[in-house]
Amino acid sequence: MSNSNQFAATFLQEAGEQLALIEEIILDVEQNPQDDESINRLFRVFHTIKGSGAMFGFDQVAGFTHHIENVLDKVRNHLVPISKELVNVILASKDQISRMLWGSDGRDVAQEDFRPQLIARLNALLPQGNASSQPVTATAAPEQAAPTAASAAPAAYRILFSPEPGILARGLDPASLIADLRALGPCVIVAKTDAVPPLDQLKPDQCALSWEVTLTSDCGMDAIRDVFIFVQDDSKIVVEALPPHEDSVGTSSAVAPVKASPDQIPAASTPSFSVVKGGKASPASGKSSAVHKNSSTDGSVRVPSERLDRLVNLLGELVINQSRLAQVASRLDTPELSAPTEDLERLVSEFRDIVLGIRMMPIGTTFSRFKRLVHDLSDELGKEIDLITEGAETELDKTVIDQLGDPLVHLIRNSIDHGISKPEERIEKGKPRHGTIRLSASHEGAHVAIRIEDDGKGIDKEAVRAKAIEKKLISPDAVLSDRELFNLIFLPGFSTAKAVTSVSGRGVGMDVVKRQIDALRGSVEVSSAPGQGTSITLTLPLTLAIIDGLLVEVNREQFIIPMAMVTENVELAANQRAGRNGRNLLVVRGEQIPYLRLREIFSITGSEQDVERVVIVNYCGNRVGLVVDRVLGSHQTVIQSLGRLYQTIEVASGATIMGDGRVALILDVPGLVHYTDTARLAA
Amino acid sequence: MSKKIMTADDSASMRQMIGFTLKEAGYDIVEAEHGKDALDKLTAGGADMLITDLNMPVMDGLELIRQVRALPQFKYIPIVMLTTESQGDKKQEGKNAGATGWIVKPFTPEQLVGVVKKVLH
Repeated sequence: MSNSNQFAATFLQEAGEQLALIEEIILDVEQNPQDDESINRLFRVFHTIKGSGAMFGFDQVAGFTHHIENVLDKVRNHLVPISKELVNVILASKDQISRMLWGSDGRDVAQEDFRPQLIARLNALLPQGNASSQPVTATAAPEQAAPTAASAAPAAYRILFSPEPGILARGLDPASLIADLRALGPCVIVAKTDAVPPLDQLKPDQCALSWEVTLTSDCGMDAIRDVFIFVQDDSKIVVEALPPHEDSVGTSSAVAPVKASPDQIPAASTPSFSVVKGGKASPASGKSSAVHKNSSTDGSVRVPSERLDRLVNLLGELVINQSRLAQVASRLDTPELSAPTEDLERLVSEFRDIVLGIRMMPIGTTFSRFKRLVHDLSDELGKEIDLITEGAETELDKTVIDQLGDPLVHLIRNSIDHGISKPEERIEKGKPRHGTIRLSASHEGAHVAIRIEDDGKGIDKEAVRAKAIEKKLISPDAVLSDRELFNLIFLPGFSTAKAVTSVSGRGVGMDVVKRQIDALRGSVEVSSAPGQGTSITLTLPLTLAIIDGLLVEVNREQFIIPMAMVTENVELAANQRAGRNGRNLLVVRGEQIPYLRLREIFSITGSEQDVERVVIVNYCGNRVGLVVDRVLGSHQTVIQSLGRLYQTIEVASGATIMGDGRVALILDVPGLVHYTDTARLAA
Repeated sequence: MSKKIMTADDSASMRQMIGFTLKEAGYDIVEAEHGKDALDKLTAGGADMLITDLNMPVMDGLELIRQVRALPQFKYIPIVMLTTESQGDKKQEGKNAGATGWIVKPFTPEQLVGVVKKVLH
């Protein structure tokens, strides 16, 4: 059918989500083998892949999944124990399914086909004599699809149908079955009422009637049996072919035969029922499965992410146009215009929050993949490591989440490889055998903080120092704070690993992490205590699309400072600037705050103001002043990224288009802080 | 007025396929993602027929069938369950719970419409 491609695409998307879920659940199962619900979920997920896979033409996937399902069925019935091998084979099977659905990055899929080995491993887990057979599903449909071709000539059949008394309570109307028979050919139908009880004993929901039908049709015996497919196990049904030329009028009835009118039934084609005949069903076995408590879905709509991106782009245009309008309105200063303009601004602002909210996704989707990473890597390195995740429900813009995966992988690999030692070494140091990596996310103002903490051996400060001197990054007599020292590891080419392992330590890790986080307008902070562990904090903005900014001006140039970082603004008189020996320090309520003059950073000429404004921004505990001519007010800022040529500029993270069409740079506060840090170090 | 069919399946691709097929065949479709969802929507808006998957989170298909059948207004509603060949005993369980019929996956759109026509008169 024409929509099969679309269905297959939906299936693939769904399968991707299901496979990710498998990984998450199986690793949970490994940690909490007593949790029956996890095994049930796992079974359900594979079952869905199998069922939907078979529906949309992925027969091989369905066939393979059948073997997994078979093992899991035994696991949930406690016939097969949860073991390391079970976890590993499920993970490997999950990878196999991925390869079957999406190929393996252009490599030869046939070479990557480990199905025979995996099926053997799966079957080895089963109790003796329980090896799974090939699924029957693949062959069942064709068997049904072919109508009985052998029955070309019309023949007469006698059909006795005595429904079980409870048939009505199953939603089946016997009359509809009789109607189905009529659709097959001319019928003579006789209702038998001898089992109908006296009126006072009559139960209206119990069917006491039975029927004898004589049907003339070329449909064949199977088509007649198909009519009764849903009732054949419980009701009494006899279908027999009558010898040719027998009088087809009913012969044994207390009631006058009801003759079907001849025009009622054209010789209808055999309705092709989809039902596959099951074997004799066994009597009701076991109890019903429990009501599942895990609620994972609620009323939600699936929307392609491109459509959301488009919506956000449009929102950006809307915000820009709204600010143009606001500018015109303030220039004309007519109440007829300013009132609706203000209303519009409020609406656009609310609209913005909602649209950006739609793109928010819980960060847990990224977290789940790390469980697999930790499992595989610690296995490979002979370490025992638990991953604890917290705050998986913390929401971040989808774009941020998408780009966060790689840096986090780097950091977690580092923790596993360099941070946490082998079990023997840990016991020697008096630590628990199992190392722990804690991955947590939480909201901090307009930012989200993601923390990766391990209880490993910590960063060796002396090694970092020695390395930095060796690489001529610092001079041998430099005095550095811990923070400055730790920040050295983010410099390109810096790596203290004594040997390069397959996992990390190629010296390309941390500077890449820093660059990627910077690209997200975030920051990285390291702290570490020898012997106790390392903690790395990534601070990320909630969104990359539109922010609240503070609009400032130097001469005629406008800049945006992200509002989330602004703490206050104060005056800076000309006489305060002088006489500080070139050290830009401002005293606010007894606190010395270094300041930067945007005029100098951006080489803006023109007359200086007598009294300038200092916007004080707070960033990771640092207060830094930014000196401007004027503060113009808050501004909804649509972030446009700078072109490739400007991406190396540290102090600006993007630009925005103002209402009058001018471009204002968005100041990168982390970059500016870094700039002052470097300037201070140099001083 | 066209008849309203409630379909309950946790698989979005299955819901899409069933929904599309039955809408093409002229039915109104209400979708539910699991048993509880279906039960809530059935009691709120009603339907002329229920098609349900068996393996679903929150509330599985068998429990859904039992609960729907227990409601007086749905005592006689046709209920068709979606099952796989490997679930032979589920078929009997489903019937005991009150299912009218079943469809074995994989099935074609034509087969689906055939079963719907069969039970929904």
